[in-house]
Formats: sequence, C-alpha cells, structure tokens
Amino acid sequence: MNRIESVNDFVIKFANVNGSGSASANEMFAKAILRMGIPVSPRNIFPSNIQGLPTWYEVRVNEQGWLGRRGGVDMMVAMNPQTWNTDLKEIETGGYLFYDSTRPLPPSAFRDDINVIGMPVTAICNATYDDPRQRTLFKNIMVLGALTALLEVEQAVIEKLLGEQYRGKERLLESNLRALQSGFSYAKDNLSPPIGLRVKRADAVGRRIFVDGNTATGLGCVYGGATVCAWYPITPSTSVVEAFASYCKKLRHDPETGAARYAIVQAEDEIASVGMITGAGWNGARAFTATSGPGVSLMTEFLGLAYFAEIPFVIIDVQRGGPSTGMPTRTQQADLLSSAYASHGDTKHPMLLPKDPHECFEFSAAALDLAERLQTPIFLMTDLDIGMNQRLCEPFTWDADRRYDRGKVMSAEELEAGRDFGRYKDVDGDGIPWRTLPATHRDKGAYFTRGTSRNPYAIYSEAGPDYLYNVHRLLKKFATAATLVPQPQVRPAAKKTRLGVLYFGSTTPAMEEALVSLAEAHIHLDAMRLKAFPFPQSVQEFILAHDEVFVVEQNRDAQMRTLLVNELDIDPARLIRVLHYDGTPITARYIAETITRQVHALAVAPRRERLA
Amino acid sequence: MTYIAKPRLHHPSLVANKVGYTRRDYEGKVSTLCAGCGHDSISAAIVQACWQLDIEPHKVAKLSGIGCSSKTPDYFLGASHGFNTVHGRMPSVLTGASLANRELLYLGVSGDGDSASIGLGQFAHAIRRGVRMVYIVENNGVYGLTKGQFSATADRGSTAKKGAVNHDAPIDLVGMALLMGATYVARGFSGDKGQLVPLIEGAIRHGGAAVIDVVSPCVTFNNHAGSTKSFDYVREHNEAVSRIDFIDLARELKASPEPDEVIRVPQPDGTMMRLRKLHADYDPTDRRSAMNHVQALQAAGEIPTGLLYVEAEATDLHAALNTTRLPLNRLGEDALCPGPEVLERLNSALR
Ligand SMILES: Cc1ncc(C[n+]2csc(CCOP(=O)(O)OP(=O)(O)O)c2C)c(N)n1
Ligand code: SF4
Ligand SMILES: [Mg+2]
Repeated sequence: MNRIESVNDFVIKFANVNGSGSASANEMFAKAILRMGIPVSPRNIFPSNIQGLPTWYEVRVNEQGWLGRRGGVDMMVAMNPQTWNTDLKEIETGGYLFYDSTRPLPPSAFRDDINVIGMPVTAICNATYDDPRQRTLFKNIMVLGALTALLEVEQAVIEKLLGEQYRGKERLLESNLRALQSGFSYAKDNLSPPIGLRVKRADAVGRRIFVDGNTATGLGCVYGGATVCAWYPITPSTSVVEAFASYCKKLRHDPETGAARYAIVQAEDEIASVGMITGAGWNGARAFTATSGPGVSLMTEFLGLAYFAEIPFVIIDVQRGGPSTGMPTRTQQADLLSSAYASHGDTKHPMLLPKDPHECFEFSAAALDLAERLQTPIFLMTDLDIGMNQRLCEPFTWDADRRYDRGKVMSAEELEAGRDFGRYKDVDGDGIPWRTLPATHRDKGAYFTRGTSRNPYAIYSEAGPDYLYNVHRLLKKFATAATLVPQPQVRPAAKKTRLGVLYFGSTTPAMEEALVSLAEAHIHLDAMRLKAFPFPQSVQEFILAHDEVFVVEQNRDAQMRTLLVNELDIDPARLIRVLHYDGTPITARYIAETITRQVHALAVAPRRERLA
Repeated sequence: MTYIAKPRLHHPSLVANKVGYTRRDYEGKVSTLCAGCGHDSISAAIVQACWQLDIEPHKVAKLSGIGCSSKTPDYFLGASHGFNTVHGRMPSVLTGASLANRELLYLGVSGDGDSASIGLGQFAHAIRRGVRMVYIVENNGVYGLTKGQFSATADRGSTAKKGAVNHDAPIDLVGMALLMGATYVARGFSGDKGQLVPLIEGAIRHGGAAVIDVVSPCVTFNNHAGSTKSFDYVREHNEAVSRIDFIDLARELKASPEPDEVIRVPQPDGTMMRLRKLHADYDPTDRRSAMNHVQALQAAGEIPTGLLYVEAEATDLHAALNTTRLPLNRLGEDALCPGPEVLERLNSALR
C-alpha cells in the first residue's frame, strides 16, 4: 500500500479524552522534536469542559519553519473511542493510524488506504501497574515511548525533558522513564519501526523560544510596568492573568518587606473589572484587564466614559468564537468592530494586533506606554490560536535603558510655576491634553472628571462649540495615535504586481507560507501586515497602489475590511474578502486556494471592466 | 449654572484650621439642585466634617455615579480631584483609584438608585473587599434626576407623587452593608446635621469600608404624604440609637471615667471615639446584635439612625493584598521592571 514518506515535514494529531493527563505527554513530544532543532507548531483543540470530553493536540513538524496550521493529518494517534470515526476520516491517504489494540475491532472499523499500527497499550499498562491512576497516567508516556521509536525521536532528548519535568522527584522520574522505555521496546520489537514519517536532527530552531501568547502577554504587562490588574475569568484569556500573577509573585515583591508592587483583583464581573482599571488609570497607575468578546461587550459603557474622560488603560482581548459555550474554545478574529467602536456616542479605540507570543510581549508593554501617552483605552487583540498555544518565536528582548512613557502628566513644580492647565486643551497641536493626578498640588490642578461635555478647562458646559472643540480634538488625537502605534510591515512581491494582500495577527504564519506557494504558482502579491488600528497613512497608500487588495481575516463579516472602508474611504470594490471562520485556525492551503480562485475570476473580469 | 464660581471673599469670622484652610476652602461650585433638596445639606455636612478634621482638600478623591446625588461632588471640596463616573459603578472606579494610591481619602457619593438599583452588585462587592472608603448614599427613595420613579429603597406601600403604589420590597442598604461585612455602618438624616457631621467624621477616620446611608428627602418628587422618605415622615420616625464624638487622647491627659452607656472605640489615627448608646440592650460593636436591633426597629416602623455598627480593628483591601506602603502610582521602572538579565533567564527556560 501507498505510504506517506516524509522527513521533518508532517502533521501528527493526538485524539485524547479531556482530563486524562495526555497534555503533558503531548507537549513533551512537541518539545523533543524542537530540541532536535526542528520547528514544530502544536495546537490544542479542546471543548469548554474540564473532564471527559474529546480534546485534540495537533502538531505540525516542519523543518522549513512554517508555523501556521497546515490542514490534513498524516498520522493520527487515536486514543479516544468516542471520536474514532471522525478521527479516522481525517487521515490523508497513505497516512498512519496509531491506536490502542487492547480491545479487538472489526475490520470494518478501519480504512484500507491507511497504515494501521495497533499497540495493546491498556493491556500492557494493566499488566504492569496495579494502581488505576498510574495505569492511565503511564499510558500516555508509554505511547510517547512507542512514537519515539516509530518516528526516530532521539530517546536521550525525551529522557532529558522528563528529567527536567521531574527534577527533585526522583521516584516519579524513574517510573516515567520505565514506562517510556517499555513503550519504546514494545514498538521496537513488534511494530517494525521506523515508519515513513520521521524526524532527523536539524538546525532550524536557533535562539527562538517556545511559549504561548498568554504567558508572553502576562510577562509583557510585568515588564511594561502594570501595577493594577482587575479581571473576571473567561476562556481563553484567563491564563494571561495567571501568568501575570505568577511572574509578579517571583519578580514584583519588595525584597526587604515582601510587600507586593502590584494589585490583582478578581472582580465580580467585567463591568467592575473595567471600572477598577478606569479608577486606577485615572489615578496614575498602569492598569489592565484581560478578557474575551463577551467581556468586552459588558465593558462598553465604561469604554465610552474612558474615551471621553481620557483615561489610560489596556484591555487584552483574547478573541474566541461567538457567544456561549462550544465555539468559545475555538479561535476567531471576530471582535474587531465591537472593540474598535465599542460604546455609545462617537467613540473609537486603538487596537494592537500581535502576530505571535513575541509580539504579545512587546505589544502589551507598548500598549501600556501608548495608553498613557494617548490617555485612552488601548486594546491588545490576540486570539485563542496565539494565546493558548505554544508557538516558536523570537526571544523576548528589553533594552536596559528603556523608560516608561508616562505621557503628559503635569507636575506640582509646573503648576507652582504658573503653567496654564486646561485638562482638555490642545496645547501641543497633537490633540493630546495634559492631565494632573489627584493630590499633585495643594491648590492648583484639581479638576472634575466627567463623561459629558465640558470646556477645555474641564468646566461643565453644554454649549455646542465646547462639545465640537472637544470631539474634534479627540479626532486629532486619534490621528496622532496612527503615527504612534506599531507601523505596518510590507513584503514586496518578487515581481511587479497590481495585486496586494492585507493580513494581521494569528493569520501571519499561514499567510507567509501561502505567499510562497502562490508565488510558485506565479501569483505574485505585495503583502502588508497590519499591526494596529488606527491605520497609518501607509495603509491607504498601499491599497491605492494596487488594483485589487485581498483582506485575509478570520471572521464572517470581513470586519477589518469594514474598518478599512470606513476609516480610509476606500472603494469597497478594491478590497476582496478572504475569510475563514469555522473556528479552526486558518491554513496556508485555504488562503492560497481562495486567492487563486479569486485571481482567476479577476482574470476573466478585471475590476476596471466590471465597473465600466 | 455650575460654572459660576462662588465669590472667594473670606468672611473674617471664618477661622483657619490646623492645615490652614477655612471652611470656605472646602466648598465647591454653586449647587444646581432644587432649593431645599436634602442632598445639599449632606454636602454641607461633608464640608464641615473635612474642615473640622483638618483634611487637606487635595488629598481627597471624590467619586460618584450618576444622579442628583452623584452631581454633588462638584458642590464641595473644589480643590479635590473629582470623578463623576457611570450610573451605579462608582464603587469599582473607587476601588481601582484606591489601589493606585493608598494615601488618599476616598469619598464615594451615590444615590439609592445608583447603589440599590443598577449598582447593587458593585455596592456589595466593594464592601466585601473592604475597600477603605467613605461611602455615602443619599437616599431619597426615588430617582430624582430622571424625575421621580421609585428606586429600590422605596418602602412597600409607599406612594409616588402621582399616587402610584410601590409593590416591591425595599432594599435596606444598612442591612446589606452589615451583611456584606462593612466595618463602619451608619444611618443619618440630611435634616439632622448635628448627628450627621460626627458620623461622617467617624467614617473618615475609619480604617476600612465605611458606609453611611443618609435619608435625604427629594423635595420635588418624594416629599408628600404617603412617602416614607419625606421630611415629615423621617422626623416623626427617626430613632437615634447612638451618639458619637471624638476625643484626642494625647491632649486629654487623664481620660475621665465614662458612664456605662459609653463605649470607647480606638481610632486608627490615635484618637478615641466615644459612642454613647441610646438603647440599653444594644451593642454597636457586635455585628449580630446590630443587625437584630436594626431589623427589630425597622419592623416596628422606626428609622434607626446613628452609628449602628463599628469594628475598631478594621483592615482593608491593601492589607489583604499586602501592597507596598509607597503607592503603586509612584513606583517607577526600578521597582517594576525586572530588566534584561532576568528576561534572558526566562528566555532560556522557554527553549
Ligand atoms: C446606564 C444608565 N441608565 C440610566 C441612566 C439614567 N439615570 C440617570 S440618574 C438615574 C437615577 C438616579 O437615581 P439616584 O441614584 O437615586 O439619584 P437621585 O437623583 O435620586 O439623587 C438614572 C436612572 C443612566 N445615567 N445610565
Ligand atoms: S429632583 Fe429631588 S433629588 Fe433631584 S435635586 Fe431636586 S429635590 Fe434633589
Ligand atoms: Mg434617589
């Protein structure tokens, strides 16, 4: 039978039962390959339950370094009888099925165009261990041992990883090593390894680190100087705060007194979370919350207040699919509109769009600076795909001389010297006013903060001209924001082209891969990665320099495209939707196919003709 | 017309306090509330208390929600930063502000609609957390600002100005505060400044979450017969359970012995509160006793006022979180940023 043969380039998927302890064995598998110098990108696919439901862990092994989801499965490790049928269907022709053969299955349960590898894992475990808990725990390690043999993973690397995990717990380490070895030996003796999928030591990882976006974001908030965090638990954002808390515990206590240089409050809901960071930001502390779409919905009233009252804080939105349970544990980029324009009245908010954990770290620290510089809420828009999956990325960096940008805060000395203070007055021409913090000066600089209209000196006013002055200044401030946020990155095509593509965030690795395969198929696109909203001038220039520009995003309604049309007055016909929104991360294959189809359609009827 | 500043001419009889301010320095803009509104008397009591306690106005942050009551922070302490937040959410903003700088006095002003209707959750949770604050509810049983609808504190059977009867059970903010763990719980009446000023002073000195429910008649929408929040009704049913005053122990060399009905409660600032019980069978330092007593009086149709409960050894949210003495908003890179070397170590652990 046909057998997929591939070294350092395949997708292996583990089908498990949630809560069965498979997560750490799976992670070890991915990390071992990484330690052999081969890039991997794993993705968790899990339901919103703690125990008993199916979970999957999909690992793409790719020496070339493509980290997007590839699509398709070359080998399925099917450990969940519940999902057997669908799991089996996913395997590519000539692919591999690894399963627990303890309980005999009829031939009709299999496919005849795949390679079936059965190992009586449960039987071996039951024969080796008496304790039922050990039986399930070591099952995962035993499977890991067998895979090590089948795929030629270096055993020493796995053993070292186990050693790191069980440092100081020698007995546990030893029993894990024994389980690993027995899986390995069984495979060696009975399964005639290696199979057609193999790994071979390479040098394609370099100095990169392997970390999930939420951990990176939490650390970015520590480095960025956040001191107040208020939050309400919601997947997939919860681990941002957990990471922030655990790094703070290690790095943010006064060495002498042990006192905390931060405050974390689990609020009663997202309205209270955003209220707390509003108060903290108003009072001069760097503050943030982490949430997901439903949380942002609850925060919208406060976002209007904070926009008009010009309060700095950061909202980290780890985006997920639609409302309620089910889709929440899937990924999407579907909160763009509801965040950008959150709240009543004329409001809009800057958003930063990190592509990976490295940028989660960098942009969360940048967001804290921008919030104070611009005196406004800043969104950091990540998603489940970046947030909850470990991703290979550039190491974190921090310049020793870097200083926080605390923005325009007027000091007691400046007030004392008689400097004019108009809380909502544009004195520098950038739309950003000066502010004072409570208790700055005995009798100067106090003002009353409110959401409604006031004159430039913060005196209550319902006069039309005062309102107009204020909202026009806010627009000017928004234009300033476009020059301060991370600027887009252009990847010109190898050949001159009238086609462009815009993309952002977690789509980036899949897009970069698609660009290469499209170019191989002679479809050349100039590509621009958006890193933030509002859009800098260069975005408009890029679009106008091309006849057609694809906008690739992971939502149904082409929300980024809507923002582009709306903010830049772009002719919508110029912007072609490439949308992916079934909850799985977008793939290079999908992008390339969709764009190819569209390009062919354009070739038949180019826009100029369609418009004529 | 709040932008009209009051004339700053000081009457010679206005004396400066220890920190150099006269009472006028604690005032704010001219009130825009209806003439005779109870809320204005509460503003005056706040001015009086702050002046008497030698509070520096700029060390106070005044926060409020939305409502006639919530407008009042503009009408007192003009030299303090103020924040008119959103309806019912002042407690969360105050909590965050207090986390940012533990050194200020946080004065939260709210209404019964603001705190008992839309904001009941935040009212309860801020108290649960023990945020150190003075939380004043200006309670008139109606939504003044939206023109007289019943609020959640309106008594069952009481009637609106146009005759509608309230069928819902009232939310008793004092009972709520006691249940949620407030460590200073009082009720005042805007018509009794002599009682209210010391209650506010006690709250300012207090080291934890202090809540004062001040019955404050709305003269425009809820001051008629049939209302249980009218001046006449409250005067008739007001039952003071205690009187408080303060003594400076350092100055009083030998504390004279007190009669039985006086309880001495030490204050965080070193002074001593003298709490005179007006009801013999009642212990205002015992939460359960306070709850029972207040409930019993209310069941009998009375409005218990005075300091209802106090816990001398109160702690607050900062103590629970063990935050640094130096306010978080004053920490710089040195204290907050672990620097590149630590980051390099963290990178290594992620390979
Ligand atoms: C979200 C929201 N809903 C409704 C309102 C309208 N509103 C303004 S004040 C108020 C009631 C205020 O009542 P209360 O807190 O008792 O204050 P009072 O005017 O009686 O002093 C309402 C419903 C609002 N400002 N915000
Ligand atoms: S409507 Fe009522 S609460 Fe509002 S200002 Fe007038 S009297 Fe006071
Ligand atoms: Mg009211």
